[in-house]
Amino acid sequence: MGVPPLERSREWGRVGAAAPRKRGRVKPPVHPGAWWLWSLSLGVAASRTTNPLLLALLVTVTAYVVAVCRTRSAPWSRSYAAFARLALAVLLVRLAFTVVLGSPVPGAHTLFALPEVPLPHWAQGIRLGGRVTAEALVFALYDGLRIATLLVCVGAANALASPARLLKSLPGALYELGVAVVVALTFAPHLVADVQRLRAARRLRGRPDSGIRGLLQVGLPVLEGALERSVALAAAMDARGYGRSADVPDRVRRTTAALTLGGLLGICAGLYGLLTTEGGGYGLPVLLAGAAAALAGLRLGGRRSPRTRYRPDPWDARAWLVSGAGAAVAALLTLASVRAPDALHPGVVPLVAPTLPLWPAAAVLLGLLPALVVPKEPS
Amino acid sequence: MIRFEDVSVTYEGAARPAVRGVDFEVPEGELVLLVGPSGTGKSTVLNSVSGLVPHFTGGTLRGRVTVAGRDTRTHRPRELADVVGTVGQDPLAHFVTDTVEDELAYGMESLGIAPAVMRRRVEETLDLLGLAELRDRAIATLSGGQRQRVAIGSVLTPHPAVLVLDEPTSALDPAAAEEVLAVLQRLVHDLGTTVLLAEHRLERVVQYADRVVLLPGDGAAPVCGTPAEVMAVSPVCPPVVELGRLAGWSPLPMTVRDARRRATAAGLRERLAGRVPEQRSTADHAVGHAAGHPAGHAVGHAVGHAAPLAEVRSLAVRRGRVDALCGVDLTVAPGETVALMGRNGAGKSTLLGALVGLVEPGSGTVRVGGAVPHRTRPRDLVRLVGLVPQEPRDLLYADTVGAECAAADRDAGAAPGTCRGLVSGLLPGVADGTHPRDLSEGQRLALALAVVLTARPPLLLLDEPTRGLDYAAKARLVGVLRGLAADGHAIVLATHDVELAAELAHRVVLLAEGEVIADGPTDDIVVSSPSFAPQVTKILAPERWLTVAQVREALA
Repeated sequence: MGVPPLERSREWGRVGAAAPRKRGRVKPPVHPGAWWLWSLSLGVAASRTTNPLLLALLVTVTAYVVAVCRTRSAPWSRSYAAFARLALAVLLVRLAFTVVLGSPVPGAHTLFALPEVPLPHWAQGIRLGGRVTAEALVFALYDGLRIATLLVCVGAANALASPARLLKSLPGALYELGVAVVVALTFAPHLVADVQRLRAARRLRGRPDSGIRGLLQVGLPVLEGALERSVALAAAMDARGYGRSADVPDRVRRTTAALTLGGLLGICAGLYGLLTTEGGGYGLPVLLAGAAAALAGLRLGGRRSPRTRYRPDPWDARAWLVSGAGAAVAALLTLASVRAPDALHPGVVPLVAPTLPLWPAAAVLLGLLPALVVPKEPS
Repeated sequence: MIRFEDVSVTYEGAARPAVRGVDFEVPEGELVLLVGPSGTGKSTVLNSVSGLVPHFTGGTLRGRVTVAGRDTRTHRPRELADVVGTVGQDPLAHFVTDTVEDELAYGMESLGIAPAVMRRRVEETLDLLGLAELRDRAIATLSGGQRQRVAIGSVLTPHPAVLVLDEPTSALDPAAAEEVLAVLQRLVHDLGTTVLLAEHRLERVVQYADRVVLLPGDGAAPVCGTPAEVMAVSPVCPPVVELGRLAGWSPLPMTVRDARRRATAAGLRERLAGRVPEQRSTADHAVGHAAGHPAGHAVGHAVGHAAPLAEVRSLAVRRGRVDALCGVDLTVAPGETVALMGRNGAGKSTLLGALVGLVEPGSGTVRVGGAVPHRTRPRDLVRLVGLVPQEPRDLLYADTVGAECAAADRDAGAAPGTCRGLVSGLLPGVADGTHPRDLSEGQRLALALAVVLTARPPLLLLDEPTRGLDYAAKARLVGVLRGLAADGHAIVLATHDVELAAELAHRVVLLAEGEVIADGPTDDIVVSSPSFAPQVTKILAPERWLTVAQVREALA
């Protein structure tokens, strides 16, 4: 491990470019669940702080890991850029709202003033235009940056592991739901292709192939086609054994339902507790209890389906390291937000320059671990 | 293995049963071919084996179908999935996952086969079907032949005793079709799989069949027997059989090899010696080698030295990272029929798309009737060039034939009734109120053709027009297209159907990997190519006979 990560990734890249594609698999990809856990943990970490320096560090960490670890040839690997653009848009919208609608944050440093639109009395409490203070803008920036970082984390998860592969590793009881989602995911590209083909066909009829009317007129045939295809697919899936089920006793079925439902409720309540600042105390235990109940329910429900799994992604040491790194970042930042709330939430009123708290920053850097343990695949 | 006992199927709302009196048995390890004109219920019979009829489609099934001893009345399709593998007409509608390897495993996963067994069978199937190179590929990036093989592989991995295939080769180029059929033969011979398949392109499959079941339609009971017996009475038959009937051979030959031996032994060669196939005369004799040959049916129009209708010069088109076309030159003269042939994905459809302005050229020029297609307004372009796409349904929006015709007249600025007149000519007996979806494949093609012809384009393009057409519909199409060519229309067809090209085309252009690799008169090109030669040519080589009709005329 003496080689710094950057050198190492270059080395891989060069070898990959020069050598012909290796036959067989070198190593199976890391379990998609591990990537999702890692990304979502980083998202949880982001939700604990508004310090722009820490948030920027988190974004950099995800960007670096995605650049090093993603499978370049896979179609989903491009989703990181898409999510990054979405995040930027969210940030800008947040700032624009502050400028136009004002902000409840009191401030002394007026940057500029927009002409204020007088509103009727029933719209009291809403302001259009008016003073724009530095404090309000900075507050909006911190807040927007936090949401943007969350989005970037979800984008990283999408880029590193195909959602379809993740659905494949769902427990047996959820398998049929998973297939439905996968089919829906592959359906969208078909629909887009259909629209393009039919719009092209309008040209053959001598009608303009652009414009909103063109789109509307192909709508019905496209939907008809999609419907026909889904019926054909359903027939094919039925003929290939989709939905075969084993008989289970009624008692087991009822227990399954109770466990699953109760577990899901517990997870919801626990998550709410974790994400709101008030519920820090009860959040985690309720979440864990709910998850346990739901897992037990799913395991029991799996008895109904006789299916087996082809080459499941193994949950190996690398998967532990990847998910563990994410969990550590989330845990340490949560701890930091309790111990040193001031460093993680730099003041806005009065305006102070944010500083980089040392040990939370070091904790964030733990998120880089996957870049070391998961070598980039030679493409 | 499969047993039909006096089966009849009536769909809901239908006045008459789709099939009736079906009573035959498919013994284990045989390849049985189901033939018959369009609309006689071939798909119904196939789907009743897997239980999709009636469990999925609805309707009433009388009689009894048993597969490996299981009655389809009491077993749903999913409960038959371990004994029957079904591949429908469109393999794309069959895929559940997005990569080849996952797709092969999907069926086994549903059946709960042990992981170690699954792994072994996936590897075996990859080798058996020659898919090992494609294991990680996304299904969307595969060619037609590859998709068909993946579809067959995906139902093969659970080791079904019975394989049911609906038109497995009709969308494939000749080479890919042979690939798929070789696989089927291997399954039947090596693994003892029972195969029941329906196919319109009999010339491709009849030689592999152990038995043939003919559905004559019109409520008549199916005829069942050896290929030679059934072909003797069948209304649909491949050229090799037609030639055998013409020459009066008995039993009828099923393979080109049989027929070659007969042709020598029975003296057909001597009878034809010294005669020359009647030449198809075209307006453009620049391509002709025909000096000295008797002029055939006169074109009758003074189009001899007209300027080319379409001119393509060093055209290149890129699709993503692939060169779909590069350096393509093509000229089409009035009255000429050109067949574009080549593998799936060779660039035929792209070239047609460029001629009609759907595809923008990357470099090079395309001119149709003096205009640049992709810069011309659609309203004006329809008067210069018309394309009937691969899926004729794409052109039809209205919910009745009458409304479709009225819309076509408006689009083309033609006098009201123009399109309806064309439809009546091409499709006698179709009522105005019929929904285009209720038309047969051939009727829909004719309707789309009429819609395109309403604007009277001098250049007519057809993409894969004979997919799903039976021999009768194909013969009607050939008649219509010949008439149009005689009227001075130039016709370009992209097709895998070598028999159609032999019947119609004056010139064949072969494409490979986006380049033109051969361009010349039909008999020159097809005689020299083993995969693109029609059956009659193969039988009577080295003489240049292309079609049974030519032989018939020469013998008359």
